[in-house]
Amino acid sequence: MTYFARKIGFYLVALWAALTLNFFIPRMMPGNPVDTLMAKLQQRGGTVDPAARKAYELLLGADRSESLFQQYVSYLGNVLRGDFGVSVSAYPARVSEVIGQSLPWTIVLVGMATLISFALGLLLGTVVGWRRGSWLDSVVPATTVLAAVPYFWLALVLAALLSSTLHWFPLLGGYDVALQLGWNREFISSAVYHGTLPALTIVISSVGGWLLGMRNMMVSTISEDYMLTARAKGLRNRRIMVRYAARNAALPSIAGFATSLGFVVSGSVVTEQVFSYPGVGTRLLQAVQNNDYALMQGIFLVITVAVLGANLLVDLLYGVIDPRTRTSH
Amino acid sequence: MTSVIPPDRALEESPPGTGDGTAALPPTARRRGGRRALLPTWSPKLGIGLGLVVAIALFGLIGPLFTGDPDTIRNIGLTPPSGEHLLGTTQTGQDVLAQLVHATRGSLQIGLLVGVMATALSALFGIIGGYAGGFADEAFSLFSNVMLVIPGLPLVIVISGFVPADQRGSWTIAVVLAITGWAAAARVLRAQTLSLRGRDYVAAARVAGEKPWRVICVEILPNLLPLLASQFVFSVIAAILNEAGLSFLGLGASNSSTLGTMLYFAQNGFALQREAWWWFAPPGVVIAAFGCGLALINFSLDEIINPRLREAGRRRRAAAKAGRDTERVTRSTAA
Repeated sequence: MTYFARKIGFYLVALWAALTLNFFIPRMMPGNPVDTLMAKLQQRGGTVDPAARKAYELLLGADRSESLFQQYVSYLGNVLRGDFGVSVSAYPARVSEVIGQSLPWTIVLVGMATLISFALGLLLGTVVGWRRGSWLDSVVPATTVLAAVPYFWLALVLAALLSSTLHWFPLLGGYDVALQLGWNREFISSAVYHGTLPALTIVISSVGGWLLGMRNMMVSTISEDYMLTARAKGLRNRRIMVRYAARNAALPSIAGFATSLGFVVSGSVVTEQVFSYPGVGTRLLQAVQNNDYALMQGIFLVITVAVLGANLLVDLLYGVIDPRTRTSH
Repeated sequence: MTSVIPPDRALEESPPGTGDGTAALPPTARRRGGRRALLPTWSPKLGIGLGLVVAIALFGLIGPLFTGDPDTIRNIGLTPPSGEHLLGTTQTGQDVLAQLVHATRGSLQIGLLVGVMATALSALFGIIGGYAGGFADEAFSLFSNVMLVIPGLPLVIVISGFVPADQRGSWTIAVVLAITGWAAAARVLRAQTLSLRGRDYVAAARVAGEKPWRVICVEILPNLLPLLASQFVFSVIAAILNEAGLSFLGLGASNSSTLGTMLYFAQNGFALQREAWWWFAPPGVVIAAFGCGLALINFSLDEIINPRLREAGRRRRAAAKAGRDTERVTRSTAA
């Protein structure tokens, strides 16, 4: 039980750190974001009432009347209530509404792509590691090329090849704009069709890392004593590979999920921009270009919370899969 | 940016009971003796990797001397590669090759800068925390784990968004990238330091009354060199990729020209829609080739750090020598 408590505690600390970072970044940076924001707001026809200004000041820190600690407490209060203020670039929508519209797109896209690439990487890594020394194994260094290719560049190349030249996939967007948003077959198939290329980009550029990690662990695991025992018992090769080697070799990959998810999410932020995908990555960029600081911070927090949540889930799962982690170190 | 997952992650993430043997310096390495043990053995992988890295470094270093001004505007927009312009021209008639050469230099500079800073940070938090133990270790380790789970690029984007464009210099970007990119390496270094700390020769040095900083520098650091080198290589790759991503979004250093800014202009000049592949393909190829070269070098470094990977290579060569038949025989007897 202490394992679970420790993990949950850690992610609470991480969450608090992210919130605190979010609070201090605008306060440490040069320039006065609040004035920029208010000017933008007026351009968009927003009324600059004192309450709105006060809320931005809390968020971005230009308020000199209160102490830093008081500001911090009220900021935490606002965030916990889900109040991120009003978005300037999508005025008069609230930041939470804007995020709510774009978040599902990203979660489905990145979630599906990550699961596919994780499963594919483990599978390929198992086979390659099992047959170490064969021709398959000498292909492994080639995967480093994939890992070294920038996500967005791969996206550009795929888009040029498969969309501009071959016209297999649409170049831009997340769905056919002629369709109504809704849970009907037509819309969903359109969304899947539009999402294939971005997802393909993410899978191709992240699968190499999983493959390599799994392959290395397979090679290490194969020299374990229990592998020899399994062979001596006369078990079928396939059974040894899957039940004895792969099961143990997959553990570090699962434990290392945390590190990799951050990379995948970072990469997909830029990939979304290439395809003008209606997810939070594109929104984040729009926010930055429009000096929409409130939206920027809200999106950063939501991305962080999503990543932390996914990690916590994987960590808790790991505790169930591998009983050794639950016993104290 | 991309899933550059350090393969040696396996080393520190191993569940208890599987990772103990990997930490020791290999006996074979000791037999090779002294300093040579820290150098990677020669292999085709290392050769190709070094070749790629050196070629691209030279391209970026010497290339600018031979090409003209990358910003010269001509009235021949978007011409495909020809004898006069080896890689064609951009929308405004700038020579793509000249731009590529200058951009490569810019990207390498920032990669190196961030690599050094990130490695120094990771050494500070990883090694010192791991050696000191107790509260310092707990605090440093918690700090690096927290930095690790907070997604890097969104954070960098937010920070860059708050810095006005005219104050966004190369150094600002480099510092931000270093601050967000040291945590993974620190974790790996800490795990290895923890294992080294318990060794007899370290204990002997401590009992002999050596000062902590001396124990770290003389007894522990030399054994961490291959690991430090490999982490440095990883942070250089990550830095180049992240900088490219940031510049591609138009959030990079305002006065710099890197491979990412080239891609930014290509994207905004609709290179994709006009199928001007000579404009957007080369920068990515250079990044991929450089990253691939560094990763191949890391493969060789990994074989020093994790001897089991090398064993596999050795056995493979031995098996190849002995012929396939014998292997089949042993396998059938084993089964």
